Amino acid sequence: MARPLAGQTGVTGAIAPLEYTRRAWLRLWVGLVLAFLYAPILTLVAFSFNDSKRNIVWRGFTLKYYGQALHDEGLMQALGNSLTIAALATVFSLILGALSALALWRFRFPGKALAEGTMSLPIVVPEICMGVAMLSFFAAVGWPTDLPWPLSLSAIVIAHITFCFPFVTMVVRARLASFNREQEEAAKDLGASEWRALVDVIIPHMRPGLVAGALLAFTLSLDDFIITFFTAGPNTNTFPVKIYSMVRFSVTPEVNAISALVILLTICLTAVAMKVQGEAALSAAH
Amino acid sequence: MADSAIISVRNVSKVYSGATTPAVDDVSLDIMAGEFFVLLGPSGCGKTTLLRMIAGFELPSAGQILIDGKDMAGVPPNKRPVNMVFQSYAVFPHMSVAKNVGYGLRITGVPAADIAARVEEALALVKLDGLAARMPDQLSGGQRQRVALARSLVMRPKVLLLDEPLSALDAKLRAAMQFELAALQEKVGITFVTVTHDQDEALSMACRVAVMERGNVAQLAAPSDLYEFPANRFVADFVGSVNIFEGRLTLDEPDRAEVECPGLGKVWLNHGVTGAHGSQVWVALRPEKIYLHVPGEGRAAKAAAEDAPAGCNTARGVIKGMSYLGDITLYDIHLESGARLRVSRPNLSRHAQQAFTWEDKVSLHWRADSPVVLLS
Repeated sequence: MARPLAGQTGVTGAIAPLEYTRRAWLRLWVGLVLAFLYAPILTLVAFSFNDSKRNIVWRGFTLKYYGQALHDEGLMQALGNSLTIAALATVFSLILGALSALALWRFRFPGKALAEGTMSLPIVVPEICMGVAMLSFFAAVGWPTDLPWPLSLSAIVIAHITFCFPFVTMVVRARLASFNREQEEAAKDLGASEWRALVDVIIPHMRPGLVAGALLAFTLSLDDFIITFFTAGPNTNTFPVKIYSMVRFSVTPEVNAISALVILLTICLTAVAMKVQGEAALSAAH
Repeated sequence: MADSAIISVRNVSKVYSGATTPAVDDVSLDIMAGEFFVLLGPSGCGKTTLLRMIAGFELPSAGQILIDGKDMAGVPPNKRPVNMVFQSYAVFPHMSVAKNVGYGLRITGVPAADIAARVEEALALVKLDGLAARMPDQLSGGQRQRVALARSLVMRPKVLLLDEPLSALDAKLRAAMQFELAALQEKVGITFVTVTHDQDEALSMACRVAVMERGNVAQLAAPSDLYEFPANRFVADFVGSVNIFEGRLTLDEPDRAEVECPGLGKVWLNHGVTGAHGSQVWVALRPEKIYLHVPGEGRAAKAAAEDAPAGCNTARGVIKGMSYLGDITLYDIHLESGARLRVSRPNLSRHAQQAFTWEDKVSLHWRADSPVVLLS
């Protein structure tokens, strides 16, 4: 490693920007922060291989709990429900959120400030209030609780869409703010109708925002415990709720195993999304 | 002549909601087929609004716009026989150059084989051949402008509208593009309508220029007419630099006239003034039309008396400022009357700029056909 040049520190003694990463104390600090963030997750994954029912002390390496987790019908069903809900909620939140963002960006109408305000309420309102409100609403309306799957998830999906789409609106709106309206006019000038201009020019520009919004919505939905806990009917279980009930009995490595699998799924999804967004963001740099 | 007008603007006004003054105020003009027409004016004069109304992006509050004889009321921009090159070029960043240029053709349903041929033709026209596969973020500003040009020209419109086409380019490129655009227009033969605030651009490229001020057309004329025969003080001042003095018209005959200016002295003209109602007029004198010489130098003093009575068309002053610009030198002269005069003198020899310096006393004169009398 090359020795730092004498002129590396400025006149005031400040460290040059690239020099920071070469200082040992900074590396130590970064290591500590990363450890703080990821140690619990690494422990979770590590103990999923623990050959011990109580899972407090390490006893040995085994893969049997992965097998157990994958064969646990209740758990698999709950995970299936969560993924289905997340997928549905993401799709509808994306559509609703993107359309709201477009409307708010493009138009001025009476009551716009009010609309903007009410749309950001789900972000601000505490989840427990949302959960109780949803429960009361569905009870008051008399939402049927004995519908076949997947309609049995409808209440949960509706609740998830409600708190997910404002986030999508926010993200897409931020992306739309950087749109050069002359591009839309250029498309129209060349013969495109309103619809074609939207599809050919505006939506490609929105794409990084749509991808980010979709990822956000999916994460929020998959992760949600409180609101789902209130809106899930007696026969429906979602993954976080199921884990909660399992944990109340004992924390077997089965819970760790399935969690590790979900983390893997999330990492793969994020990688795909970043790849898609990366290309779009690059080409849409102007 | 009205038959060959490709664009007819008739009493068009535009008032934005909530505004007290109109952006465009009862403007009427005709743009002839095949000409390079420029809308010139300072920011906020309404020139871009007028252009956008022709393109269809703004609706006139009053009046009619006819393109090729057809009234464009109710016709959206995607159905008009005009194409526009935008100020920011608006090249689609997610499409390659070839796809950008071919966009309009794809939308209007031209067969794929024809598209490829026409795109190639258009790219060759703007000298971008070989860059068809590039993405816009790999192009320079000038290249992106050519893509925007090609994209519009490939549609073979009747009129090409350009919104401040050269404002984003650096000085040298701008000068080169001025020639190129004018040459392109001649080659392609379609009507160009350009909006600009740069009078150099307007003068060099245009067949005719409409100078706009606060929503009105101040003057519509060929560049040389605008410069040498301005219709009012605004045009005289906006196009090029000028010295303007207020005065009283004391003599007005068909072949001569005299104006007494408190700041400048007696101004003698070798022609009459048409349309003067009162006696208050203004005299405009271009800086390059004024001769500068050391007081009392024999030959120069005689020349001063040539075409005007003694005491007319002369002044005396002191040089208070100088700007050496290479090909010319600008002088800021404080006259004996207290007024200031701007004089430009070509550096005809390599030592010409050394002839005068600060605080020099100088004598000035100009020919009798140089001043322009303005009535407003």
